[in-house]
Amino acid sequence: MDVNLARSLITALLFIVFIGIVLWAWSKGKRDDFEAAARLPLEDDLAEEQMARNGRGQQ
Amino acid sequence: MQAPSTCNTYNYTVVRQFAIMTVVWGIVGMLVGLIIAAQLIWPELNLTPWLSYGRLRPLHTNAVIFAFGGSALFATSYYVVQRTCHVRLFGDWLASFTFWGWQAVIVLAAVTLPLGMTSGKEYAELEWPIDVLITLVWVSYAVVFFGTIAKRKTPHIYVANWFFGAFIITVAVLHLVNSAAMPVTLTKSYSAYAGVQDAMVQWWYGHNAVGFFLTAGFLGMMYYFIPKQAGRPVYSYRLSVVHFWALIFTYMWAGPHHLHYTALPDWAQSIGMIFSLVLLAPSWGGMINGIMTLSGAWYKLRTDPILKFLVVSLSFYGMSTFEGPMMSIKTVNALSHYTDWTIGHVHSGALGWVGMVTFGSLYYLIPRLYGRTEMHSMKLVTLHFWVATIGIVLYIAAMWIAGVMQGLMWRAVNPDGTLTYAFVESVKATYPYYAVRLLGGLLYFAGALIMGWNVYKTVVGQKAVDAPIPLPAGAHA
Repeated sequence: MDVNLARSLITALLFIVFIGIVLWAWSKGKRDDFEAAARLPLEDDLAEEQMARNGRGQQ
Repeated sequence: MQAPSTCNTYNYTVVRQFAIMTVVWGIVGMLVGLIIAAQLIWPELNLTPWLSYGRLRPLHTNAVIFAFGGSALFATSYYVVQRTCHVRLFGDWLASFTFWGWQAVIVLAAVTLPLGMTSGKEYAELEWPIDVLITLVWVSYAVVFFGTIAKRKTPHIYVANWFFGAFIITVAVLHLVNSAAMPVTLTKSYSAYAGVQDAMVQWWYGHNAVGFFLTAGFLGMMYYFIPKQAGRPVYSYRLSVVHFWALIFTYMWAGPHHLHYTALPDWAQSIGMIFSLVLLAPSWGGMINGIMTLSGAWYKLRTDPILKFLVVSLSFYGMSTFEGPMMSIKTVNALSHYTDWTIGHVHSGALGWVGMVTFGSLYYLIPRLYGRTEMHSMKLVTLHFWVATIGIVLYIAAMWIAGVMQGLMWRAVNPDGTLTYAFVESVKATYPYYAVRLLGGLLYFAGALIMGWNVYKTVVGQKAVDAPIPLPAGAHA
């Protein structure tokens, strides 16, 4: 196979992969996962406060 | 605060080191920028060869991009990856090596560039022994960062870490390929590539340094610190996933737009232009995602100067990622290329996006590294915001006008086909705009000094505090 044909095919393939990623991101199954992931930066402080409370409880 | 003795803490030491040095190098790098801006108005300021424009200009770009921007990226990525993975940083001593190694690179740059030691590649001027040190530091950075992700206690890898991770991997590849060179002596080497291939490799590197160092890395900051400061999750997590992959798939191709109308084959120039235009979509998707995170909490913008910094940074990100694709169109580029319009575009991205998102993130971060919840003076944060914003507007407006004027003067021809203006006439016409640019830069620098003072007052006499790592759910007694 001509190397330039291979290059074009890879580009087309990557485009299809990208469309796949978009469909995957908008699929219903990922909704809860993504919501949990989106909460990650907000939960770290909550956990810290909870720990501090638990720590005091033990002492 | 008294954390239980059994509980582990995050590694904030390295975050503190990088955060403080970000402020220091920001002031130094911007000062050098002021000096070269003044030299363009008063050439007499080229006092010695070491302090001449040609040597200080790469010192300015290296200092603001790699010393200021780089330290900010190290600080925030180390902070974010620990806190969103719920584990201490992997390899404390290796993280410490990245700090001291990176500072050594910066000091070596500050010594060698004024001495005239350079490989002549824009944003990759440093000579080969320093390039080797950069490689060692960068590989260590990757080991620390991905090592931390590998031992995470959370099920997900938060999207900010994807952006930081892509930035680390891509910069490693770019640096290795573009810096390939044949050493002649300890301080002199020649590029492994020649002619137009050398130019293409250089701008493949150059544009992806913008795309991954100055964009992907700082988007990582955006995706953590905006939700944090706004107190609400990112507007659309799925949009952030698509934003990430769209940037990854398109940025790599945009480099040729730096070589329009050169010896680079025409088709390569056209591909560079088309992919630059495509980039508008993911860039604006990301910007909208960040700004809409505030929806329902817009009132916070009125009172919270940190959010002001973060949201205005996104506005400048939107502006410069609109302007960039426009400038990559060949017919527009025929007017803009080699003029000060390019300088205006770069600084709308650098001062507006990179600078402002860094200031906002540091104002959130620094007090928390010293056991406080707020900076010493929030009034000074607000003052910094306004001084910097006015400075950026003056800077970029002056450069836009100067650039378009230069482009029009250079292309003007008389009816008999001769050029209407000599080059020096366009230089003379630019003086007033150089003065306005210097004023804008002065304001931006003043803002950085205000920040320096505020940071000093925030940390002086404070005990460094390392936050405890939360136990996994269900594990606490």
